[in-house]
Amino acid sequence: MLIRRVFNTPNWGFRSPFDEFDRLQRQMDLLGNRLLGRGLERDAGVFPLVNLSEDSDNYYVRAELPGVKADDIDIQATGNTVSLKGERKIPIENDGAKYHRREREAGSFSRMISLSNDVDQEKVDASLVDGILKVVLPKAEKAKPKQITVK
Amino acid sequence: MSESKDIQVKDKQEVASPAEQTKPGPVFSPDVDIFENEKEIVLLADMPGVKADDLNIDLRDDTLTLIGEVPGDADEDEEGIVTEYQTGRYVRQFSLSEVVDQEKIDAKLEDGVLRLTLPKVEKATPRKITIKTA
Repeated sequence: MLIRRVFNTPNWGFRSPFDEFDRLQRQMDLLGNRLLGRGLERDAGVFPLVNLSEDSDNYYVRAELPGVKADDIDIQATGNTVSLKGERKIPIENDGAKYHRREREAGSFSRMISLSNDVDQEKVDASLVDGILKVVLPKAEKAKPKQITVK
Repeated sequence: MSESKDIQVKDKQEVASPAEQTKPGPVFSPDVDIFENEKEIVLLADMPGVKADDLNIDLRDDTLTLIGEVPGDADEDEEGIVTEYQTGRYVRQFSLSEVVDQEKIDAKLEDGVLRLTLPKVEKATPRKITIKTA
């Protein structure tokens, strides 16, 4: 009876021998989802997450940047890299405001993205609409695929 | 003077949708800040990619429901190289304990951030009752 009392006290944090298994199962599920789910690769772990795509003429970089103003973003393209830097500011509300929930984050971000080919720096176009940044980077002429005619 | 810290990456929170969706696609829960002061409750939600026409705000039975539709972004001709985030609609529900003046709800959508102002009902001001003497 002494053993029963000791092993059931909440302080020990040991409700049942299977708690640890449940936790391990959940962790494995999360890991499995991340590795196998829906064709997503592991992200770079840097804010902002981007979606990068291309067609024969351009590279396209998209990122979700809600609440960021166009002036607070600095984009630079050099050779085959694009750097995306900026800051998200959350305006301070007047005092007397009591927060119930605070999930959004403010701060600075800085990210470099490497492309497989050079881009034409002069013709890079970026637009920020509804919190979505879209950067169109035309590929440098020599990097575009050329049709080779077979005679 | 205060150095701004770096924003950390946070995966978008995908939710199992509460009801059957008519359109396929993932459903995400937007990050929100909620605060109140004496006269109103303010809710700020990050919903990038949602336009004003695609945002649906519903308040009934003390439950506030936000639904924002997001158009699919990439054109079909593009070939994806890296896809780090998915796009999908945003849905979130809150239960309101305070009584809200529904006529004066104000919603503003700017840069993908929704600012929803819910004024509290003014408490009835006590009225002094005068007694008329016949």
